[in-house]
Amino acid sequence: MLIRLFTLIFLVLSFAATSFAQGSDPKPLFDQLADANFNQAETLVGQIAATGDPRVVPALNAFSEGDLYFRKSDKAVFSAKVAGSQLELIDPVTGESAGQVAKGAVTKIKVNNNLRRAIRAALGGLTLMSPDRGARLSAADAILRSPSAEALELVEAALAKETDADVKARMEEARAVSLLSSDRSIDEKRAAIETISGLGAAGLGVLNSVSGTIDHSLKPDLDKAIASIRNAQQLWNLAQNVWYGMSLGSVLLLAAIGLAITFGVMGIINMAHGEMVMLGAYSTFFVQEVIRNNAPGLFDWSLAIALPVAFLVTGLVGFVIERGVIRFLYGRPLETLLATWGVSLILQQAIRTIFGPTNQEVGNPSWMSGSFPLGGMTITYNRMWIIVFSLTIFFALLFVMKKTAYGLNMRAVTQNRRMASSMGIRTPWVDALTFALGSGIAGIAGVALSQIDNVSPNLGQSYIIDSFMVVVFGGVGNLWGTLVGALSLGILNKFLEPSVGAVLGKILVLVLIILFIQKRPRGLFALKGRAVEA
Amino acid sequence: MSFKAKLGGALLAAALSTTAFHGAFAADDTIKIGVLHSLSGTMAISETTLKDAMLMLVDEQNKKGGVLGKKLEAVVVDPASDWPLFAEKARQLISQDKVAAVFGCWTSSSRKSVLPVFEELNSILFYPVQYEGEESSRNIFYTGAAPNQQAIPAVDYLASTEGVERWVLAGTDYVYPQTTNKILKAYLMSKGVKEEDIMVNYTPFGHSDWQTIVSDIKKFGSAGKKTAVVSTINGDANVPFYKELANQGVKAEDIPVVAFSVGEEELAGLDTAPLVGHLAAWNYFQSVDAPVNAEFIKTWHAFTKNDKRVTNDPMEAAYIGFNAWVKAVEAAGTTDTDAVLDSIIGVAVPNLSGGTSTVMPNHHITKPVLIGEIQADGQFDIVQETPAVVGDEWSDYLPDSKDLISDWRKPMSCGNFNVATGKCGGKGS
Repeated sequence: MLIRLFTLIFLVLSFAATSFAQGSDPKPLFDQLADANFNQAETLVGQIAATGDPRVVPALNAFSEGDLYFRKSDKAVFSAKVAGSQLELIDPVTGESAGQVAKGAVTKIKVNNNLRRAIRAALGGLTLMSPDRGARLSAADAILRSPSAEALELVEAALAKETDADVKARMEEARAVSLLSSDRSIDEKRAAIETISGLGAAGLGVLNSVSGTIDHSLKPDLDKAIASIRNAQQLWNLAQNVWYGMSLGSVLLLAAIGLAITFGVMGIINMAHGEMVMLGAYSTFFVQEVIRNNAPGLFDWSLAIALPVAFLVTGLVGFVIERGVIRFLYGRPLETLLATWGVSLILQQAIRTIFGPTNQEVGNPSWMSGSFPLGGMTITYNRMWIIVFSLTIFFALLFVMKKTAYGLNMRAVTQNRRMASSMGIRTPWVDALTFALGSGIAGIAGVALSQIDNVSPNLGQSYIIDSFMVVVFGGVGNLWGTLVGALSLGILNKFLEPSVGAVLGKILVLVLIILFIQKRPRGLFALKGRAVEA
Repeated sequence: MSFKAKLGGALLAAALSTTAFHGAFAADDTIKIGVLHSLSGTMAISETTLKDAMLMLVDEQNKKGGVLGKKLEAVVVDPASDWPLFAEKARQLISQDKVAAVFGCWTSSSRKSVLPVFEELNSILFYPVQYEGEESSRNIFYTGAAPNQQAIPAVDYLASTEGVERWVLAGTDYVYPQTTNKILKAYLMSKGVKEEDIMVNYTPFGHSDWQTIVSDIKKFGSAGKKTAVVSTINGDANVPFYKELANQGVKAEDIPVVAFSVGEEELAGLDTAPLVGHLAAWNYFQSVDAPVNAEFIKTWHAFTKNDKRVTNDPMEAAYIGFNAWVKAVEAAGTTDTDAVLDSIIGVAVPNLSGGTSTVMPNHHITKPVLIGEIQADGQFDIVQETPAVVGDEWSDYLPDSKDLISDWRKPMSCGNFNVATGKCGGKGS
């Protein structure tokens, strides 16, 4: 593989100077792709890149994305764009439109990972001198990812002309990784190792790959660089585990926060809680479907639109469940448990009947996709926003409970129902609204969870145990307990996972919780006062 | 009291005789077959599709005039993803409904649960899902892939085409991934891969937080050797796994993931644009370019009245199993279990990738192995296709089973014949 890549880039280089001067036309090379197998196509990509013709860049990009086709009638190769039910053909060299055809009239030229790598390397070489800053940056990245001695001269030529500081720094790194496998002098290589040791995890791979072949006098430098990256990584690992733990904790918090109200505050063993989360996720799916079909431009706003929808839908369902079932069962926990479990089965099967048993596709808006590096760790946007989101919900809920009249009523009713009733509070109404609020918040959690998990009828089941665990661990009836409980369980889990594995880690956490509950039956933050005895 | 008992007895007898009469009457113009797939619970997500596929196959066969001049009738039961209930429902299908054969099960746990029932009541089960091997029953036909029809060719592809030297074997913690990974590890080590170049990782069912594992994979992949992930992660946990891969920027060009449980159906819940190039190994993809497949997809869309429904590998396995059974019944002239068991060996039926699949004496079938790369539209591009491979029930790479073979033809009629000791039964030395 590597050898093939070398030959390829060698081809790029050796032809770059000559062929372009000769004005060789890449068009016939593209047309040969129609009959080529993967290996031949790889050679052809090298030859196309070797023409040095910058016009082929869009077509090569299209090829790596699987958008290159050949026309069945004459085996001419085009890149294509979807235009309604038809395909618009674009000439691979001139970029001019060649008219629209039916999808059946063309055949897609297949591409595999090897070809994609070859194209990436070829594009790296072709776009190093591009006037576009972004293109130069990604060209340097491409060389960083697939370093080779042959790319060295290209990078150095580009470096000499580069003026932008960021791009220059990236190119220096690309030069360093390429230099290691070349036959340059020991001193130059030593400097390169120095540069690479600043690259972190990406550099580690490069250094490791040459450690067997490198000159003996460089071995100490190499080992030192590897050790320094490893040391830095160890520190970052710690930070990363805390971050992952917070992220898992925030998911637990999201799942549990609705339950902290229905179970924690009201004392209802609500087995249908998970299904409220599931309904929230399906509301998101529904909103996204409507947006996809009617206003695709609004897609990035879909989650914001789904939030109130999910809250209202699940709040309403919760209201109906409370009025229809639960209010007859207050004070009979066992019956409540069975009844709500029955409700959960009914809701699951209803969703399965309406939407089908398979997963539904809920897309991530662009601001929730991808990641950014922070020192030695990678932070993904979706996890970051979920942490922010769960904390926001938590504090909003805390505000409602502590600072509003409705929250006061709610607390009064749960602490002393008869007294609250005597003071003129309509306790049944407060019960219904509180249950609706708890369900609605579970629905909002579903919106967020749809971004990281399956949206299927079984979604809720996977969260119900964890939710109860968090609420019981944190202390029934105490919102702060839920927050601290969720975060500490998340972090504990993520510190156990690397050493004992995910399966054993989960078991250990459960065992620890059981032991903890033996010691403190009321959880981390036990409620004090009369409410406990009541 | 005694009068009541008598009355009750009489009523019961009457009821029994009517059913018996009904049964006899029904047997005259229809042949019943059982469909044993979960329609509720966790496995409904995968199995409901197979139930629909079976109903379609029965429907199509009836349009062609049924079997032996009789109409087929599918008896559908719902074992609700509950393994003991599978055995109960299987017993009900065979003893009460008197079905001629049963098509069903998905997980290995459910198959192991019904196996004694089929052997005791002497009926036939067609099992349409890829599995870990290490089993051969007189009464079960395994039309899904054995490890040598899926896992091993996939690993070979990665090693030869992509030059992979370092392997992450990631799976869900249950029997199929555990056994498959054991076989793969033994296989890789027999090919000279060192122990330190293999990382095995298990996760619980429905695992949804993949951050740690994906970053571990990235770290494992930074040792300077080409690294790939071989995933036996079970259905539900795949969506969060692939989402995490995409978000952490693990590209197929750098660390490809080849999966054995991810097909068109699983990808339907996912935006696949960031996953282009990751691989799956199956014996069938919806994108197979063959007239018989185009016809099948057309029938499927017409039957489900939904032209977005995808087809997948277990559906093809169900298709092959069903047609093999029909052909065997017609050859035997009866649906009697023993006669069909005899006549089905060697039966060859078309598969959906344009070739034929033959039922072998070890109750496994021959089929080609296809390696596909995920595309942005949720379909697979086939990048390699092998000639038909015979399913190997007892893996040659495990010390316990390398001496075992299975041959259900007379006179051997043995599911675990030890070629080293020359005796039938038991695991090898």
